[in-house]
Amino acid sequence: MRFYPGSSMVSFMSEFLENKTKEDDYNPVGMNTGGEVADFSEKHFSVANKTHRFFHSQPVAAPAIILLTSIIVFGLIVGDRFFHPYNFSLILQQVTIIGILAVAQTLVIMTAGIDLSVGAIMVISSVVMGRLAVDFGFPPVLAIIVGLFVGAFFGGLNGFFIVRFKMPPMIVTLGTWNIIYALNIWYSNSETIRSGDVRDIAPLLQWTGNSFNFLGGRLTFGSILMVIIFVVVWYALNWTPWGRHVYATGDDPEAAALTGIRTDRILMSVYILAGVICAFCGWVIIGRIGAISPASGTTANLDSITAVVIGGTSFFGGRGSIYGALFGALIVGVFRNGLALAGLDVLWQEFTVGALIIIAVAVDQWIRRVGS
Amino acid sequence: MILQPIIKAQGLVKHYGRVVALDHADLELYPGEVLGVIGDNGAGKSTLINRLMGEDQVNAGEILLENKPVSFKNPMEAREAGIETVYQNLAVSPALSISDNMYLGREIRIAGILGKVFRMLDKKTMQQQAREKLSDLGLLTIQNINQAIETLSGGQRQRIAIARATAFNSKLVIMDEPTAALGVKESKLVINLIKDVREQGMPVILISHNMPQVFEVSDRIQILRLGKSVAVVKPETHSMSEAVSIMTGALDPNDHEAGAYCSPHNGN
Ligand SMILES: Nc1ncnc2c1ncn2[C@@H]1O[C@H](COP(=O)(O)OP(=O)(O)OP(=O)(O)O)[C@@H](O)[C@H]1O
Ligand SMILES: [Mg+2]
Repeated sequence: MRFYPGSSMVSFMSEFLENKTKEDDYNPVGMNTGGEVADFSEKHFSVANKTHRFFHSQPVAAPAIILLTSIIVFGLIVGDRFFHPYNFSLILQQVTIIGILAVAQTLVIMTAGIDLSVGAIMVISSVVMGRLAVDFGFPPVLAIIVGLFVGAFFGGLNGFFIVRFKMPPMIVTLGTWNIIYALNIWYSNSETIRSGDVRDIAPLLQWTGNSFNFLGGRLTFGSILMVIIFVVVWYALNWTPWGRHVYATGDDPEAAALTGIRTDRILMSVYILAGVICAFCGWVIIGRIGAISPASGTTANLDSITAVVIGGTSFFGGRGSIYGALFGALIVGVFRNGLALAGLDVLWQEFTVGALIIIAVAVDQWIRRVGS
Repeated sequence: MILQPIIKAQGLVKHYGRVVALDHADLELYPGEVLGVIGDNGAGKSTLINRLMGEDQVNAGEILLENKPVSFKNPMEAREAGIETVYQNLAVSPALSISDNMYLGREIRIAGILGKVFRMLDKKTMQQQAREKLSDLGLLTIQNINQAIETLSGGQRQRIAIARATAFNSKLVIMDEPTAALGVKESKLVINLIKDVREQGMPVILISHNMPQVFEVSDRIQILRLGKSVAVVKPETHSMSEAVSIMTGALDPNDHEAGAYCSPHNGN
């Protein structure tokens, strides 16, 4: 059971228009090309169709254009301060958290699911790492590894309910979001582990916040970790059989199952991997904040979903890319940063992120939708 | 020389509670032939095929693949043994490319450590082989093997699915209503492709409700009635209306001059 139905219907419809316009260009499987139909549509819809085709075949084009435009616009409004290397490294720090969570979210949304618990998993992993290392004296490395397993466990819990009981991902993760949040408060006694304590007892936990000089700006190891996670997941999605199976499962689960893909295993692996990535993000957020707080990262869920959708990954599943999510996270980061530099109140940042997600979904539907 | 069937099912019985879906049904598919399977709604066609594919278990009976008894636990096992299936509902992944679809579930990985440890796909080989396989069946004029399946029409997709089913050392292809989701023109192309597949020596079991199609493409036609294999007829000896009469029970197949069983080749 899918929460977002109709993927096959939508693609079936899109195939309709695609054929009308494309048959002139190629003749893929020896079909007799229907000339009259193509002529008709070429005349009447050519501009819209060409644009549509372009965005359909280049899913990252739209986010890339938005990112460039927003950089130019904010550059014009804010001026040199925006283009300072220091500001760019600041943006990168801001997008590191969103970016890592967006990788996890991309994987899930690619399977036509959604994960509302990414922020909660991130926080509980960081709390477990902190409690074990600081309060119980675990070696920091071990604490981090246990934290990663905590992420895997909660990701697996999501996957279990979704796969085993065929429950809608949105409902399952809405539930686990609240469950994890409560566990989190309980396990941490709602206490924040102070930054100084972390530094003294388990500095490795804050390593992700350390930075070095890079082209005049500062780059944190957390950002490096983000890049590594992006590259690894990109590779897995595009260059391994598993990646093909994730796309196929998200695209049309029944068709995927008929070709012999164990779609339940694929889904399970996606949710577990998403959990592990969130746990990495838990490590990164310790470096960013210094302290370990059960109340951190509250806007992370929506930001990660926004980033993924702006990045061109479709809610209908099977379509999208990991670099799209990077673009999306950068766009969210650039907007937040640019609006702040322009002196706008924080509430307008929230307003803008809200508007961005709606526009992104509208564009996604337009790209997928077809002639009436 | 005595011709051996590629696949042979004997005395298959399947109950669903008190419903008898298969009542000692038999089926024999010989090399190089297209065997049509027809029968009324509920006659047991799908049950029979699902059993061959390992999709569910029968209560009794045996299946011989090239004379060796087999018992598949799931469709993957059947597929590994060389039995491929093409489904009515165009089982392809629309957003993936033609070559990705051809190799879905049996991707080729790069030789050596990259493939073993890093599980890296050998995209070049897959694309090249996919192109060859499509050309073999005359399915590729301008080759853009990286084109997404969704840019193809339903008939084109189904033909890719058929190409996929025949491409991987398969021994036989089962097609369950392959044209049911297609228009007339598109069905025609698929039917022609089935003929090409037979030309290449690949035996085919074709389940269909579309009598003219079955009669056009089949060498022999197996008729199921109430879970029993009541007759095997040939388009040369039986007319469509005779086949329908046997299907509905209006005609006793033994009363027909050609008898109730037509062997695969004349004079055998
Ligand atoms: N899963 C099932 N549970 C119970 N009864 C079933 C099941 N599957 C099939 N049957 C019954 O078994 C009999 C044979 O069904 P089957 O689907 O094999 O027929 P068919 O020849 O494929 O029919 P159709 O032309 O409608 O596809 C029918 O009476 C059907 O109701
Ligand atoms: Mg049936």
